[in-house]
Amino acid sequence: MKKFLMATAATALMSGAAFADAHAKEVKIGVILGFTGPLESITPAMGAGAELAMNEVSESGALLDGAKVTSIRGDSTCIDAGAATSAAERLITSDQVSAIMGADCSGVTGAILQNAARPNGVVMISPSATSPGLSTAEDDGLFFRTAPSDARQGVIMTEILQDRGVNEVALTYTNNDYGKGLADAFQAAFEEAGGTVTISTSHEDGKADYSAEVGALASAGGEVLVVAGYVDQGGSGIIRSALDTGAFDTFYVPDGMVGEKLNENFGAEMNGSFGAYPGTDSEGAALFVEMAKGAGFDGTGAFAPESYDAAALIMLAMQAAGSMDSADYKDHVMNVANAPGEKIYPGELAKALELIKNGEEVDYEGASAVELIGPGESAGNYQEIEFADGVYSTIKYR
Amino acid sequence: MDLLNAFVTLSNFVLIPAIAYGSQLALGALGVTLIYGILRFSNFAHGDTMAFGTMVTILFTWLFQSWGLSLGPVPTALLALPFGILGCMALLLFTDRVVYKFYREQKAKPVILVIVSLGVMFIMNGLVRFIIGPDDQRFSDGERFIVSVRTFREMTGLEEGLAIKTTQGITVITAVIVVAALFWFLNRTRTGKSMRAYSDNEDLALLSGINPERVVMITWLIVAALATVAGVLYGLDKSFKPFTYFQLLLPIFASAIVGGLGSPLGAIAGGFTIAFSEVMVTYAWKKVAGYALPESLAPDGLAQLLSTDYKFAVSFVILLIVLLFRPTGLFAGKSV
Repeated sequence: MKKFLMATAATALMSGAAFADAHAKEVKIGVILGFTGPLESITPAMGAGAELAMNEVSESGALLDGAKVTSIRGDSTCIDAGAATSAAERLITSDQVSAIMGADCSGVTGAILQNAARPNGVVMISPSATSPGLSTAEDDGLFFRTAPSDARQGVIMTEILQDRGVNEVALTYTNNDYGKGLADAFQAAFEEAGGTVTISTSHEDGKADYSAEVGALASAGGEVLVVAGYVDQGGSGIIRSALDTGAFDTFYVPDGMVGEKLNENFGAEMNGSFGAYPGTDSEGAALFVEMAKGAGFDGTGAFAPESYDAAALIMLAMQAAGSMDSADYKDHVMNVANAPGEKIYPGELAKALELIKNGEEVDYEGASAVELIGPGESAGNYQEIEFADGVYSTIKYR
Repeated sequence: MDLLNAFVTLSNFVLIPAIAYGSQLALGALGVTLIYGILRFSNFAHGDTMAFGTMVTILFTWLFQSWGLSLGPVPTALLALPFGILGCMALLLFTDRVVYKFYREQKAKPVILVIVSLGVMFIMNGLVRFIIGPDDQRFSDGERFIVSVRTFREMTGLEEGLAIKTTQGITVITAVIVVAALFWFLNRTRTGKSMRAYSDNEDLALLSGINPERVVMITWLIVAALATVAGVLYGLDKSFKPFTYFQLLLPIFASAIVGGLGSPLGAIAGGFTIAFSEVMVTYAWKKVAGYALPESLAPDGLAQLLSTDYKFAVSFVILLIVLLFRPTGLFAGKSV
């Protein structure tokens, strides 16, 4: 009996030591995305994208002398700032994450930044928050995004519409930071280019009936209806109602509206409609799609490549600083993302980590041709899509 | 001037949607008003009762669809509707037996019953989400349109199109049938008359030998039928999501109160008043005015009174005005 006790005590001690050892070399990264809520159909691929980069680095054992990277997921809900903040607070204080990959929607991203990330001094890289307001938000140098600001998307939308000879549009947006930001940016760009926005009206998500909104839009008229909403929410409701009443038959869908759901919900009814969402034809994008296929998720999903890149940038910056402390590595994010240095594509994270360790410069290109400008946001590449035969496909890169 | 096009536009975006929405609200408000008139409390669980009945109907619709049963151009849900009503009846009788009966025997004040119904609401809310989930469910099938925009344009050669969805047609027809049946029942049958007597004066009704438990039971059965029909029509026409049914409670109560709580005729008038004002006040009249007025008078702006964001506010402003000037509602129901 005595021996048995001794043995168990010894095992406990040893395993305790082993745990402590592993703990020292564990980097935890919080993945905060709207796993429930209006973006729930695209967030699984985004989360998988970020975790793909983390697994790649863990397996290489090259980060900070063999640190393991673990992902801890939190739900931003996309719309509920309170829930998102407490999810972030939990990850930071009780799970002790060293960085946050997220959040997804602009409103909750701003809330997490101001209420959880800044007070605790944790770096945050969002793959998909696109509100122009975040460019000027106070961030203590902690906030970056691999998605472009919607000020850029407004210009792209204007170019696409005018290339197709459209000069008069009606505009509806989801009533939140993302929708309002994009709608304002687009309206400014479109009117500056000589176009007319006949009406700009908001819609609330989660309603069953949008006939009043569509009635107002139809009355104002326009060749195309621009729907700056969410595909899982009011955006689809607006399109449904507009099609049913014959108010519009051509739609422009920006990033939040592009998803498989559109094909499912509308099929051939959307033929002739078009839109654009972030993406590039760089070799990194193709590489990422292949890797994603191997990992069992869809690498072409909106913001999945950006998520991979956001996670990768966090880890490369840590390596460059030789520390997993946000205060140390936050100044290295821009360096690893931009030239000069050797170009790094998806699947080459181990190589990049080695290069950095040897004191060489890297220029992270990644899956979305990352180029961080201004206050740490992507310069922005978009892919133009068009609906034909009931499905959308990419026709051009901008 | 082109009055025909003006009328077609108006019908397409205002009249038809408002008539369909009004019918759905009226059916919902009838249920609320019956409970208020006979059981003497405001039933906050009504929206979720509708959701429950609709959920049972949807489950049966899916069952029938999997068997390959269909009604051709008419949605299969109509075939499943009687089963939904039965399911809803069972639920309401059950809640009455285990919850409301207790308070009735205590002669509890109406305000206590209101709070009790709030509790019942949350339980039903959870029950529906537990069984079918919080997401959108589409269950309409069959022909989508009676008249689609394209065929209307081809038929008439007009510039403007007009769409009448099958579900809108069914909504109006069903509402007319249900309301006619209800009024016939209340005014012509013995049981209906005993219900009205009980509503007018409980004590006198008891003295004349009316069995109160029977009246209560029949009221719940009728309410279950009304709620399920209203819920299914709304779900067919729009989409089914438990949360939107919970939200429907507000316009339904507004309808019932505007019309006069306890007055079935008022519930119908209230439903249409609320539906029409919600749609018309927030409608941009530019296009209609452009057709109807001579060119010199046509507006440049959108001619929109209020942005569509204020849709819900409209029903409450009307509610306030009615309560201020006619506290018993348009059709002189009971004061709240």
